[in-house]
Amino acid sequence: MELEKIYYDNKIVKAFIIAAVTFGIVGMTVGLLAAIQLFYPIFNFDLQYTSFGRIRPLHTNAIIFAFVGNAMFAGVYYSIQRLLKTRTFSDTLSWVHFWGWQLIILSAAITLPLGLTTSKEYAELEWPIDIAIAVIWVVFGWNVIGTILRRREKHMYVAIWFYIATIVTVAVLHIVNSFEMPVSFFKSYSWYAGVQDALVQWWYGHNAVAFFLTTPYLGLMYYFLPKAANRPVYSYRLSIIHFWSLIFIYIWAGPHHLLYSALPDWAQSLGVVFSIMLIAPSWGGMLNGLFTLRGAWDRVREEPVLKFFVVAVTAYGMATLEGPLLSLKDVNAIAHFTDWIIAHVHVGGLGWNGFLIFGMLYWVVPKMWDSKIYSTKLANLHFWLGTLGIIFYALPMYTAGVVQSLMWKEFNPDGFLTYQNFLETTTKIIPMYMLRALGGVLYLSGVILMTYNLIKTAYAGRFIANEEAEVAPMVKAANTGGYWHHVLEAKPILFTTLALVAILIGGIIELVPTFLIKSNIPTIASVKPYTPLELQGRDIYIREGCVGCHSQMVRPFRSEVQRYDPKNGEYSKPGEYIYDHPFLWGSKRTGPDLHFIGGKYADSWHYRHMLAPSEVSNGSIMPAYPWLFDQALDKTSTGPKINALRKIGVPYPDGYEETANADLEAQAGKITQSLKAEGYEVAPDREIVALIAYLQRLGMDIKAEKVADVAK
Amino acid sequence: MYKEILQSIDNIQVWPVISFVIFFLFFLLLLWWTFTADRKFITHMSQLPLDDDKLSVQPTKTTSL
Repeated sequence: MELEKIYYDNKIVKAFIIAAVTFGIVGMTVGLLAAIQLFYPIFNFDLQYTSFGRIRPLHTNAIIFAFVGNAMFAGVYYSIQRLLKTRTFSDTLSWVHFWGWQLIILSAAITLPLGLTTSKEYAELEWPIDIAIAVIWVVFGWNVIGTILRRREKHMYVAIWFYIATIVTVAVLHIVNSFEMPVSFFKSYSWYAGVQDALVQWWYGHNAVAFFLTTPYLGLMYYFLPKAANRPVYSYRLSIIHFWSLIFIYIWAGPHHLLYSALPDWAQSLGVVFSIMLIAPSWGGMLNGLFTLRGAWDRVREEPVLKFFVVAVTAYGMATLEGPLLSLKDVNAIAHFTDWIIAHVHVGGLGWNGFLIFGMLYWVVPKMWDSKIYSTKLANLHFWLGTLGIIFYALPMYTAGVVQSLMWKEFNPDGFLTYQNFLETTTKIIPMYMLRALGGVLYLSGVILMTYNLIKTAYAGRFIANEEAEVAPMVKAANTGGYWHHVLEAKPILFTTLALVAILIGGIIELVPTFLIKSNIPTIASVKPYTPLELQGRDIYIREGCVGCHSQMVRPFRSEVQRYDPKNGEYSKPGEYIYDHPFLWGSKRTGPDLHFIGGKYADSWHYRHMLAPSEVSNGSIMPAYPWLFDQALDKTSTGPKINALRKIGVPYPDGYEETANADLEAQAGKITQSLKAEGYEVAPDREIVALIAYLQRLGMDIKAEKVADVAK
Repeated sequence: MYKEILQSIDNIQVWPVISFVIFFLFFLLLLWWTFTADRKFITHMSQLPLDDDKLSVQPTKTTSL
């Protein structure tokens, strides 16, 4: 058999590695800043660009798309060439992919601090960037599929299947969740409203975790773990079952993010059932990874790469058991909206993604630079700093979550809430926030050590830009044995189509009923569209990232009803959100729920509170928003906003865009007068006036209905 | 409430049944295949990540850092 000479492209892998490490450090530093802001609000710097609400999405986007994303691309490009025994399909596509992705990250790093956000979690970027993401993702998919088609190894190893599933599913998720109506180049409204928007968002959000943070990394695990351990995967058969059951089941589980919300019960139950089922494939995969080390455990003691992999796979196992348990309604009732969830995602992020990336880098950098790791001691130190970092991060957050949740729900013998003031439950857990930041410092210092170690390793060797290999050409023999899965593994296009069908079935069954829900939702006659001023105020609420700390979803619990609507005893209903483009239910309560905040306080209270929260509520950790008192509201956007919303179904009358600003000014005038009466002078065109209008509107529709009922 | 929502789609009741049947049959096939698959093929597949070193000659340095 004649051997062919080919060259693997290491240059693109190197570029993605550098990007991943750089943005990893940036993203973690921003995360650390956000963590510190939660106990020293002064670190918000009273600047709009650095306040928590804008910094938090910067952190999550940097970690998910820049750190984990770039590292994923590095690992994928390294492994597909070797598994398929061919160079990547096109160097040009590789570099378009690389620079396109970095450009997207750069635009995210600029737009998010500027407050240009859709407010949908992990999908905050505005529509022009969404389009760029779709284009670059197609380039990536094209390059990978092209490489597969040019392969010299007939059968696709299981890692490749995970990559294919990633490419296909992320494309579907991103496109469906990004339907939005542009108002201007930097502003759009989600196509969906309220309950629909929530369901689509968490179908996306959950599966972004599944198909951006999990499946590609499982592919990397199935490649790099056997390589580092120098033995084949424990059970290839199990890996096949792992793959198909995981992608079939994962796609259904999204609604578990919305338990006890205004989402229909059937959808909630669907999410729970599939979440529990997920334990089986997840643990199958974890055990497959750990058992691969059978007979090599002695090497785990010496080899930092294997240490990182063992903790990564263990963290995967813990997070994928915890996730399904959190989706049980009783557990969720306690954990949701608390720091427990923050702990959960960080066990996954720091443990599974982070440690798998570190292990991969310690393995791949010496290979690509034809060198030996500069210092095993430093790598071991990194391992321990990272592990301690995870523990110091997760344990305080678990404690904080449970403590705060129990405080929210505690009643005294007279039947009243023991902690009527929400703030008491926040100040209680501030020591935990401090410990969490310590965990972050430990973890980040480990990463900086790694960076130094890897740079030293690279400089000690010589970079092999094009790695030469001799491979046999693919034998075009007919399939023997006639096993259908053989055929599948040899037919990438068919395989891709099947993977797409697998995820579409779940997606369609889950989403279609909610697309039709609008006509079936119990409408509430008193729910009206926002006034122009309230709409502008809502957009300020979105811009400042208020949703990062405040939910707008009172769950049907005695403790929540009594805390948030003691007078009427109401919880949030689906019909209240029909004009909410996007929905702002939130996923974390660092501050109290705001769904029924309207009318609870005077305008002047909000005025003083936004200017200096800790002076109004002693011990508050909310940032101050002084710029809202200086900046004038952009009234030119009112008309286009009304037009855009009308197009997606909000019943503003025809021609209202012309007169909307007159209504806006009239309402602003009323608020400034009420403020003046209490001794606060403010020009009616300041942004704070619009925000107060919005906050005072929240929950008023449902209160108006009560008044009407009483009148009857 | 779910009945109201679902009944508004024509023949909605077939959807979950169809998806369940596809899902279930696929898994039966998959299990049957994995347990009866040729041992040699499985070994070949699981060796793929390890083989890429063996097939390639020692890396030659073509460019430097």
